Amino acid sequence: MAKQPYRVAKRGLIQRSRVIRFTFDGRSYPGHPGDTLASALLANGHHMLARSFKYHRPRGILAAGSEDPVGLVTIGAEATRRDPNTRAAEQELYEGLVANAQNCWPSLATDFGAVNDAFARFMPAGFYYKTFKGPPGTWTGIFEPIIRAAAGMGRAPEPGDPDRYEAVNRHCDVLVVGGGPAGLMAALAAGRSGARVIFCEETARLGGSALARDPEGLRFDGTPPAQWVADTEKELAAMEEVTVLPRTCAFGYYANNFVGLWEKVSDHLPEEKRLRHLPRQRLWRVRARQVVLATGALERPLVFHENDRPGIMLSGAVRTFLHRYGVMAGKRPAVFTNNDSGWVAAFDLARAGAEIAAIVDIRREMAPEHLAEAARLGIPIHASSTLVGTEGRRRIRQIEVRPLREDGTVGEGGSKIACDLLAVSGGWAPNVALFSQSRGKLRWDADIAAFKPGLSWQRERSAGAANGTFALPDVLAEGARAGVEAAAAAGFASGDVAVPEVEGVEPGQGRIEVMAELPSHLPAHRRRAFIDLQDDVTAKDLRLAVQEGYSAVEHAKRYTTTGMGTDQGKVVNLNAFAFLAAERCEEPVRIGTTTFRQPYKPVTIAALAGQHIGPHFAPRRMTPMHAWHRRHGAVFEPVGDWLRPRAYLRADEQDGEDFYAAVQREARTARTACGVLDASTLGKIDVKGPDAREFLGRVYTNAWSKLAPGMCRYGLMLGEDGMVMDDGVTACLADDHFHMTTTTGGAARVLAKLEDYLQTEWPELKVFLTSVTEEWAVASICGPKSPALLAELLDDFDPDPERFKFMAWRNATMSGIPVRVFRISFTGEISYEINIPATYGRWMWRTVLEKGGKYGITPYGTEAMHLLRAEKGFIIVGQDTDGTVTPHDLRMDWIVKKNGDFIGKRSLSRSDTARPDRRQLVGILTEDPELVLEEGAHILQRRNEPEPPVPMLGHVTSSYYSPNLGRSIALALVESGGRRIGERLFATKGGLPTVPVRVTETDFLTLKAKGQLPQPPREALHG
Amino acid sequence: MFVITCPYCGERDLTEFAYGGEAHIARPHWREDMSDAEWADFLFMRANPKGVLAERWMHAAGCRRFFNMLRNTATDDILAVYRIGETPPKVEARLPATPSGEAPLGSGNDAVKVIQPGEGG
Repeated sequence: MAKQPYRVAKRGLIQRSRVIRFTFDGRSYPGHPGDTLASALLANGHHMLARSFKYHRPRGILAAGSEDPVGLVTIGAEATRRDPNTRAAEQELYEGLVANAQNCWPSLATDFGAVNDAFARFMPAGFYYKTFKGPPGTWTGIFEPIIRAAAGMGRAPEPGDPDRYEAVNRHCDVLVVGGGPAGLMAALAAGRSGARVIFCEETARLGGSALARDPEGLRFDGTPPAQWVADTEKELAAMEEVTVLPRTCAFGYYANNFVGLWEKVSDHLPEEKRLRHLPRQRLWRVRARQVVLATGALERPLVFHENDRPGIMLSGAVRTFLHRYGVMAGKRPAVFTNNDSGWVAAFDLARAGAEIAAIVDIRREMAPEHLAEAARLGIPIHASSTLVGTEGRRRIRQIEVRPLREDGTVGEGGSKIACDLLAVSGGWAPNVALFSQSRGKLRWDADIAAFKPGLSWQRERSAGAANGTFALPDVLAEGARAGVEAAAAAGFASGDVAVPEVEGVEPGQGRIEVMAELPSHLPAHRRRAFIDLQDDVTAKDLRLAVQEGYSAVEHAKRYTTTGMGTDQGKVVNLNAFAFLAAERCEEPVRIGTTTFRQPYKPVTIAALAGQHIGPHFAPRRMTPMHAWHRRHGAVFEPVGDWLRPRAYLRADEQDGEDFYAAVQREARTARTACGVLDASTLGKIDVKGPDAREFLGRVYTNAWSKLAPGMCRYGLMLGEDGMVMDDGVTACLADDHFHMTTTTGGAARVLAKLEDYLQTEWPELKVFLTSVTEEWAVASICGPKSPALLAELLDDFDPDPERFKFMAWRNATMSGIPVRVFRISFTGEISYEINIPATYGRWMWRTVLEKGGKYGITPYGTEAMHLLRAEKGFIIVGQDTDGTVTPHDLRMDWIVKKNGDFIGKRSLSRSDTARPDRRQLVGILTEDPELVLEEGAHILQRRNEPEPPVPMLGHVTSSYYSPNLGRSIALALVESGGRRIGERLFATKGGLPTVPVRVTETDFLTLKAKGQLPQPPREALHG
Repeated sequence: MFVITCPYCGERDLTEFAYGGEAHIARPHWREDMSDAEWADFLFMRANPKGVLAERWMHAAGCRRFFNMLRNTATDDILAVYRIGETPPKVEARLPATPSGEAPLGSGNDAVKVIQPGEGG
């Protein structure tokens, strides 16, 4: 067997018979299945595995679970799969695992960033705020790039993650968080009631603290702990309504008992063993009727000079590594404690064969039975003493002990003691993160010098150590009770659950003596007593923050960055709060805590995104003709949820065709020969009922009482504020039956609004609304050749515009398929819209293009459509209007009826909407016909306006080069525009000089027909 | 993320619903002499309380029906759900009105997290 010098015989739950190999920082090591990366490194005598954030000081492993602030490494060899800032204590070992140290260069052992440490005294709290300031621009230009290059821990993976992730939704009656003794009992009790239970545990196996104790003598109803856990797990697994989720962290507790769970499905397996049908990670979005929080307790470190060396570890972590992983973290450990937990750890280590260098306890009085046991084991005891320093670069090798005086100062004398591990204990604090996220209020418990759950706000209860209950029999009883109560509250009665009889209960932490920072003989400025070991925040930094006025917890946190690392201060925050309380001479309960926020620990963005990536990020709607568009060079644009062809780029021309050329060609062909637009995306609402006509008259601004069957009408729809909200053509199918169309993007909004009025304001109206957008495929055919094409396309159909008049519609058939043909136009050109049942859409489209070939037909996209309608001066809601534009602003007074109410009518006569100087829609022609204005360009009165603020008359809303008019055209909203027709104004053009323009009517085609397109003045052409 | 009980369909996820603003605001009938102020009152003025609000919701991805809801805006507690046209039921707001029992306006965030000595609960 490969050598693992710190592995202990016969202890731990690892699979000793198998040796697996892994790589850390380029070197290969042996380990066993069941190890974590941390336990395997410790078994190989490797303590130092990271560098701290700011000073790049050597860091080891402080804790044995997700709470560890310092033991961070990068997992994974491939750049796209790299997992930075992973806690070594959480990463399960597998054959071929590759881990690397981070935040160091060129190597972990020789890190140039460590020069920061020498300058630590010049980088006090608030260093950045005090140093990096200067004239505008220096921050983004100079300081930020430098700081960004220096900051950060691990490197994010490269784009192109090859793995799959998924998110699932679940409802349950009882969610139990935490698989320790309390959680096991709660899940068992709730499960036996028949309730649907989800039971999640963050680590690979259930058991929690039951697996972190010496199994010698510990019995649950006579069974050893690991066996009892296995038996309980077996019973839970057999329950149909219980879902047990190992490797699953409840990371966020949100409103209404909505809890986010993050399951690491495959991260513990080597690449080749990951099952292809399973995702790498899974997000569970759980809505629970009741929640039981059994999240355990976290141990605090102690704050003293040089408390951050590799080899300084929490006492509970030392025990976990020993009992769960069979690793003795040191062969000559010393213990430093302020409560009895450190003693229990020392006894465990001694019984496992370690030579205990010393137990240093800051307390004056200790439990007699502990003193007796220590004497029996021959452990040197330093009561009422403290540590004033440590030695050892990559691993601790010596501590310096000094006596504590009665007044809390350090006495003379003392000694230096050699050791290879220092187990520290500052007492246990309930892990209240999820409770606090649920908006529960915390209660200060002076006996344990920590916060515990006080007032619950949501349907949740805490049990076990998470609730401040530490003695194992009480923990089991409380867990069982919580499970029974939660199930009962969710409507599932269960009998009493027998709580196992525990033998070999170990003593608790006893009396705890809190000293926020342990005293030292050193002057304050030479002390390096770390409070936050990840972010390198020392007691000195926090003291400075208080002196400079940042003494409230939330201020001190941000000023010093304490608790702001990837660990969010899980184990270090309470020390920070205690320190602030001591500095301010206030009770800790008055200091309070910083806010516990979701997520409890860093969750990958990939898991949160789940399946919603790539084309599933925002699903698009596509018309039946979509595949044809794709094959024919379409460039698409999203319109609402739809993908519409913007233009069709011809590949057959030399070097292909660019977008601009395609749009010009499409617009020219559509007006001079024939063009076809896929208009299937337009919203279509079937309006039916005896009051349909009355209803239309209330939702549109114009009158609908006289529209005959067979005819269509254009309508403007306003909001109650009088602003244009949507427009479209509605056809009268029968006296009580209408076919309404809306804009593509506005369809859902319009339907919701119409339903709103029908259901809540006018429930007396008998009208049914049905969305038929996707029932019809629509080809809008326009151009002078379109009547001839229609005659060919449809069976026995007379398309002659003299007889089939503008704004009429007819039923017809196309090769026998029933269609509706609308003689409406959005281009000003003669135009027909064929509506066919959607399943025939692609066939119709192909047929139109085949038969249109001899007429020179071109498909045209939305850009040419925009251009064509602008030539005619038709508006696009959302482009020429922006929610502040009334029909009068559009100078469409003709569409507003005088008599009768409609939505928004009263608003049109409000003092503001009736102002004569509102911006109105006009045409804008540049004096230079080749110059195309920018959409959004400002319209000014004079060529050279004075310094800002410049009085703006309005802005350009649409602007194109028109191939059919041979010049540029634009639409603009201009102050009192209707009274300015013919005026010469100026438009801005980026940073360039302003451009002279002429105000015109909006219908440029008519202007041309009447010969009223202004001729460019000579000076514009020649200078 | 909360679960809403549609009076027609039953319990459904929040994502299926669309918000419809404050309830029980009737659109005034058109009158020639309606003042700007009167119309503005309908158009713009909303109670926006921190506390119990009667509001409209639509089950957009379900039955597409509008209904009314009494919701505590400070806590998202749904106190009652009732149909359009019905009068709001009498509800007893849960006390404290918010987890912290904070002031009726503002977040009062400081008081949220920790029970102070002498405080009930």
